[in-house]
Amino acid sequence: MPDEIHHTGSRTTRLLGAAVVVGLVVLVVLGWFVAPEDDEQQDAVRMIFVHVPSALFTYVAFTVTAIGSVMWLLRRSIWWDTVAAAAAEIGVLFCALTLFTGSVWGRPTWNTYWDWGDVRLVTTLVLLLMMVGYLSVRSLGGAESATATRAAIVGVLAAAIIPIVNRSVEWWENNTLHQKSSLTDGNLEDMTLFTIVLGLVVWGLFFVWSVIHRFRIAWLERELRLTDLDQALRDRRAEGEDT
Amino acid sequence: MTHVGYLLVGWGVTFAVGAAYAVNLLRRGRRLTARVPADRRRWMTADDT
Repeated sequence: MPDEIHHTGSRTTRLLGAAVVVGLVVLVVLGWFVAPEDDEQQDAVRMIFVHVPSALFTYVAFTVTAIGSVMWLLRRSIWWDTVAAAAAEIGVLFCALTLFTGSVWGRPTWNTYWDWGDVRLVTTLVLLLMMVGYLSVRSLGGAESATATRAAIVGVLAAAIIPIVNRSVEWWENNTLHQKSSLTDGNLEDMTLFTIVLGLVVWGLFFVWSVIHRFRIAWLERELRLTDLDQALRDRRAEGEDT
Repeated sequence: MTHVGYLLVGWGVTFAVGAAYAVNLLRRGRRLTARVPADRRRWMTADDT
């Protein structure tokens, strides 16, 4: 194994990264210049190409966190716990971008950036805060097993509200400005739908790329802690032998 | 084209945040890899390097 390799990349991540860059270029061209404007929203509808993928991969990321959390609770698997943590950080990023792009999109379409009475907006904010809480629990430190267990419980609880966030526009349709699912309502032009699907593919590739790198970073951090611990034990043993 | 300002802010922040996060991941990876012994870099034991 070459010792001079100082990065967390691999052939797979380089291919994924290249695909993301190419995909983003195509997405900009299609999203800005090819996809048609909307009859009601005009060009503001082009926000859909970054908003919907961010929202959908927020759900994916936090679901992965929940799966990893359950696997930790059932099997005490460090691998799964690390996957859960990696996905959570990226999910928080996507969730924040979902709220931001939704808010910026809301101004020209709803005439407001934010509405505290809107169930979709508020439940999404609650989801974000819960996952920030998940990351905070992980950063508290302490015994690895106890930290992972506490975080796993928060991760599962947070993921449990994903169906509420997703269905809120159906269940409380009178308490939201948010439109129902853009993908399933059948009102989208073919090129608009194609561009949304392209956005989902690009976000999916970026998600996988990020999870792989974040997983490796978390793994390295753990190895470093163990290496430092091993060294401290060896030093202590050497001191004992000297005296 | 209408609403260009909103679109630029929405798309621009999304791309900038994504790119900043990606660069941050690569930098953290480089820094940590240099500090961890080669035999403990788990994924590098595979052919996929």
